[in-house]
Amino acid sequence: MSLSPSPLHLAVALDGAGWHPAAWREPVARPGELFTARYWADLVAEAERGLLDFVTIEDGLGLQSSHPVEPDGCTDQVRGRLDAVLIAARVAPLTRHIGIVPTVVATHTEPFHLSKAIATLDYVSTGRAGLRVQISARQNEAAHFGRRTLPHIDPLNDPHAWESVAVLFDEAADYVEVVRRLWDSWEDDAEIRDTATGRFIDRDKLHYVDFESPHFSVKGPSITPRPPQGQPVVTALAHETVPYRLVARAADVGYVTPHDGAQARAIVGEIRAEQSAAGRAGELLHVFGDVVVFLDDTEAAARARRDRLDALAGYEYTSDARIFAGTPVQLADLVEEWVAAGLSGFRLRPAVVGHDLPAITRKLVPELQRRGVFRTVYEADTLRGLLGLPRPANRYTTTTTPAFASVSAGSAAAGA
Amino acid sequence: MSKPLKQIHLAAHFPGVNNTTVWSDPQAGSHIEFSSFAHFARTAERARFDFLFLAEGLRLREQGGKIYDLDVVGRPDTFTVLAALAAVTEHLGLTGTINSTFNEPYEVARQFASLDHLSAGRAAWNVVTSWDAFTGENFRRGGFLPQQERYSRAREFLQTAGELFDSWQGDEILADQPGGTFLRDAKAGAFVHSGQHFDIEGQFNVPRSPQGRPVIFQAGDSDEGREFAASTADAIFSRHATLTEGQAFYTDVKNRLAKYGRHPDQLKILPAASFVLGDTDADAEELAHEVRRQQVSGATAIKHLEFVWNRDLSAYDPDGPLPDIDPDPGEHTIARGRAQVRMYRDPLATAREWRERAAANKWSIRDLVIETGNRQNFVGSAATVAAAINDLVQADAADGFILVPHITPGGLDTFADTVVPLLQERGVYRTEYEGTTFRDHLRLTHPDKAAGERAAS
Repeated sequence: MSLSPSPLHLAVALDGAGWHPAAWREPVARPGELFTARYWADLVAEAERGLLDFVTIEDGLGLQSSHPVEPDGCTDQVRGRLDAVLIAARVAPLTRHIGIVPTVVATHTEPFHLSKAIATLDYVSTGRAGLRVQISARQNEAAHFGRRTLPHIDPLNDPHAWESVAVLFDEAADYVEVVRRLWDSWEDDAEIRDTATGRFIDRDKLHYVDFESPHFSVKGPSITPRPPQGQPVVTALAHETVPYRLVARAADVGYVTPHDGAQARAIVGEIRAEQSAAGRAGELLHVFGDVVVFLDDTEAAARARRDRLDALAGYEYTSDARIFAGTPVQLADLVEEWVAAGLSGFRLRPAVVGHDLPAITRKLVPELQRRGVFRTVYEADTLRGLLGLPRPANRYTTTTTPAFASVSAGSAAAGA
Repeated sequence: MSKPLKQIHLAAHFPGVNNTTVWSDPQAGSHIEFSSFAHFARTAERARFDFLFLAEGLRLREQGGKIYDLDVVGRPDTFTVLAALAAVTEHLGLTGTINSTFNEPYEVARQFASLDHLSAGRAAWNVVTSWDAFTGENFRRGGFLPQQERYSRAREFLQTAGELFDSWQGDEILADQPGGTFLRDAKAGAFVHSGQHFDIEGQFNVPRSPQGRPVIFQAGDSDEGREFAASTADAIFSRHATLTEGQAFYTDVKNRLAKYGRHPDQLKILPAASFVLGDTDADAEELAHEVRRQQVSGATAIKHLEFVWNRDLSAYDPDGPLPDIDPDPGEHTIARGRAQVRMYRDPLATAREWRERAAANKWSIRDLVIETGNRQNFVGSAATVAAAINDLVQADAADGFILVPHITPGGLDTFADTVVPLLQERGVYRTEYEGTTFRDHLRLTHPDKAAGERAAS
């Protein structure tokens, strides 16, 4: 039997004890274990039990802050975090189906290093790696590297803040382009082990990427052979036209933050227009809605929990994304409404990981399954397979290899 | 009273991109798939090895302007593999070679501190330096560093990373749920570093890791490299695995420690060593000869000669005599991205010596390359190899060895099953891990404890 990928895709965004600043104070939170492997392994195992497409792992190059561009000096919230790519690699061998998507900051890191790290994550997970590319416009994070200075940007009071960071998004688009070229810099069959001639590789199947831009140049080829998925899945969060353009140019999955169905429809429309402008009209580009979730058996309980956490935090929690407090049935309704508006999936941000992640996997998922809109088994062994994304042809291949050039979605992609 | 027996340290070097690896053997597996690394690491842990070691390369090697294709080409990312290996092992130290030239201290310190957390105290860093524009072409930096500044940058890089590791004391995370205080101190992780190579400040965002700092390895062999290691390293990855050279190196480096206020036990000297095991010594010798022929094909021999001659020698017959022309003494352009090239500091003298030895022994080019390089350090039955390893360690030629098998990934299996039990019988090798962290295995003081003792004295 051939299975087609689920029409609806679900991811969960993991960040510390959860997205609410007081999440760590809940009895189910394990705030003393946030820097242990077991904590992360447990979360990803729970997500996999719920048959989710993938988890993302948040990251940053400075301490977390409630202020958009500066440190906040808070001591009553979770501060400090481990490198997301390393967390991803640590949990990958303990799971079998779920995609693992760490955050990487393009502004201060090397695309060469990152390309091989994610390629290796793809080997370690046998085809379940992705990345979420992010920029950093924070001056304090730039000072951790001491190699560039960034202008002060006040997104709250400066109507042109997005234009100010456009150069960082351009650089991020170049970064993704380099990373993808490096993944392609080895053809799939470059390793020949030809004992007759003594050649381990066919060097004609390795390619210099020769990328030049105002931001950086990279020669290549990668030191790591092309990963199992060909190109791991590239994702990005976007709130505005400038980052929508990055999603449209460079990503396989974009996360957006509408607050109702009409906004969802408008955002999808804008991204599709940018996608056409970028010459990618025919390609599958997922647009996921990001939603912070408080899930309980009654709406009153969810709202009460949110109020209680707000009281603990000392202020009302707000977010770039819509904050949903209600029942799994109500969230399933919202999911269906926004899918009708053009979204193909959701990245849910559990307000309290210890509470809302199991509510997603054990209550929301069964509800969506009852409605026939979510998978009941994993239909593929690779993340691309789960998302219905084809394995990309290698841009450098001169002789066509049909087996790789047009792998259909699903289990066939697992054979790489 | 006789000197007490030294305890031997053993480590496993995953066979990488050089011609010690015999990829043509039917038993040779992938050097990229994670299953290979997992097999290799589990074998090392079964044998109670101290650690697993990964080398590094940041640009594919070239010869005559083309990517080198005779040896294994390609390797995975070091941090990613080590973090994944932490999931399939419990005790094994995880040592990664990470370049101090094409990285930034904040990021590398974050990665090692994260690895140390995620492995519950098993991270180690082999600090290497590089400067060349060839490798730099893959990085934003480019080839910016003059060769004479590489140790200066490496030293400051390591110092800066140390400041970042130490920016958390270890007691800042309160996570007091009822009281609502997560962080004891809003300034946790605060640092300022202003120096010749780095001018950075802010707050490090990884809390103090189980080992405080990862174990530090150094591999340089020059006078400057030895001094760097004596001042800062916990262990040295050397290439002197014979009695005379090993003892000379061991004595020299250990004697350098005192001036930095350090005890000889605070720096372990661990040469890389290859081995071939057989049922008998004669079997092993025969197998070793065969392995050397597999490692050095005619084509490999010609390419190896080019490292010294710095000329295209493809017209020469590997089964014929050495070239009578001299090496090109100019800038080395024929082989790029190879450490070996730097080993021949005087190519004219090397060429002269090699021609004389080849003529005296009637060696062909291939014979010469086989005879002058790649001779396995330990060849024999398990009993012979166990005795040889123990003798070298007890004679202070080393504190142990970093073993480099020639087959991936099963090349350690026989060693683990046959040599290790013999060392254990002699009482010179652990039968169980005595601690949980890599520092425990190497019997190194925890940096916090060392700092506490210094402060108290």
